[in-house]
Amino acid sequence: MPTKDEIFEKIQVALVDALGVDDDEVTPEATLVGDLGAESIDFLDIVFRLEKGFDIKIPRGELFPEDVLTDSQYVQDGRVTEAGIEELRKRMPFANLAAFAENPVVQDFGNVLTVADMCRFVESKVEVAG
Amino acid sequence: MRWYWIDRFIEFESGRYAKAIKNISLAEDHLHDHFPNYPMIPSSLVIEGMAQTGGLLVSEYNHFAEKVVLAKVPKVTFFCEAIPGDTLTYTTTIEHIKQEGAMVSATSYKGQKLHAEAEIFFAHLSDPRLESLFGPEIFLRMMRLLGAFEVGHAADGSPLVPPARLLQAVEAEEAND
Repeated sequence: MPTKDEIFEKIQVALVDALGVDDDEVTPEATLVGDLGAESIDFLDIVFRLEKGFDIKIPRGELFPEDVLTDSQYVQDGRVTEAGIEELRKRMPFANLAAFAENPVVQDFGNVLTVADMCRFVESKVEVAG
Repeated sequence: MRWYWIDRFIEFESGRYAKAIKNISLAEDHLHDHFPNYPMIPSSLVIEGMAQTGGLLVSEYNHFAEKVVLAKVPKVTFFCEAIPGDTLTYTTTIEHIKQEGAMVSATSYKGQKLHAEAEIFFAHLSDPRLESLFGPEIFLRMMRLLGAFEVGHAADGSPLVPPARLLQAVEAEEAND
């Protein structure tokens, strides 16, 4: 059963390997897209490494619910609607969406996810030691 | 024609690993420019060869039903150069495979010497417009040409055979011609 620190360290290794960044760049506050330069294909690479590293299953769209952002029910004029924000909150309880919700431009969504969010996501999938 | 950067499979274990060889020859035109008076195989073509070895392994796992494309090379290291007269042995091992794609680890050996190692990431494309690039006859020809069915084994250890869906698709196409 890993501790929170061990989860962070494993995620750090996964991001260093997937994104070619230095380990000191992978801080809890760092955003995956803005700070660490992740591109869309990298998310699949990261998901693979998390699944392997933690022996978990991550169904498509669970970490990054891109289907919400392409659903006309939730997006209007390039902005996520109230209902869309609600849906994202439901689907991503591990992420802090407060700042995004103030100006929910779809294009900026990539900058929402931080390393700390990813840690919380993994913690929700594995048993964490006291 | 397809650009082949492997010459032959020497082992092909379905869903697990594949080994292929690449003989480097001075008859390859590009070696005279890479580099003049100092020919060596370009590293990019070694990566392509490892990707072809791993790509066919991943494709075969799904009976060639997925459109497998090289998406990313997260890591690659070269330890020495390889020149005309050398034979490289590429070994690719499936590390992780799921609906959206696959990750393989790969090595290139020159005799007993480690020449290169890499991680290669493949994505499965879902765009039906790309169907013509992934015709069943292409894969059947490649696998036969590279000797995969001569050396390969299925997951249960029986000899590797072309998937029925591939043969049926090719037969149906030939009947239409």
